[in-house]
Amino acid sequence: MATVELRFSALPEHVRTARLVAAAVARRAGVDEAVLDEVRLAVGEACTRAVGLHQHGGISAPVRVLLIEEEKQFSIEVGDEAPHAPVRARPAGEVLGDADAESEEDEMGLAVISGLVDDVEVSAGESGGSIRMRWPTTPPAALFT
Amino acid sequence: MDLSLSTETVGDRTIVRVGGEIDVYTAPKLREQLVELVNDGSFHLVVDMEGVDFLDSTGLGVLVGGLKRVRAHEGSLRLVCNQERILKIFRITGLTKVFPIHTSVEEAVAATD
Repeated sequence: MATVELRFSALPEHVRTARLVAAAVARRAGVDEAVLDEVRLAVGEACTRAVGLHQHGGISAPVRVLLIEEEKQFSIEVGDEAPHAPVRARPAGEVLGDADAESEEDEMGLAVISGLVDDVEVSAGESGGSIRMRWPTTPPAALFT
Repeated sequence: MDLSLSTETVGDRTIVRVGGEIDVYTAPKLREQLVELVNDGSFHLVVDMEGVDFLDSTGLGVLVGGLKRVRAHEGSLRLVCNQERILKIFRITGLTKVFPIHTSVEEAVAATD
């Protein structure tokens, strides 16, 4: 079971809430302070992408965010229910040209995630997709030494 | 935190000072501001990002869209940013090669291509 599970209506105004909750749970789980900015950005990108997929697909289901505290690692899984073909994560550093830039926001989001997070899995199928990201944590005992 | 926007004209440059968070919810406001400026004939923009606390790919998309618009009028869009966490997002998306990024508004205003 997830440590914290969040479901929100696929609306842009709720993405910020998801970022704040994810960062708070990550901090508690022992994710390094220096990495929390990256957690916040990565989860925001994943949620933004899911909101876009739901809105474009006319899907009324909520976006689901699972925050999972495990031994030595913290995982975030952002799930959508949009049926889609497999996606390609753009390699970090690849230049995004100025061709049709605004429609490339989705790919830019994935580019940011793959550039930020070392351990990331993007999956997509007919019943929906998910982005799973993992970060190492410092064991609680070590925090007090 | 919401997005704050203010503009100021210095010679032929228009400075757009942005504060707060630029994300999927607030980015449309920035897009509207940039579109309005270009429609009103401001083609040399300096976007001051020093007050920005958070920027995501939606914000990047809006800035790229702004750049396309000013370039259509042979204009320019320069950024002012010293914050490492914001600069990192431009680096990982390769956009440091697309935008001139300056350390101060004065430097950006004085810059020519």
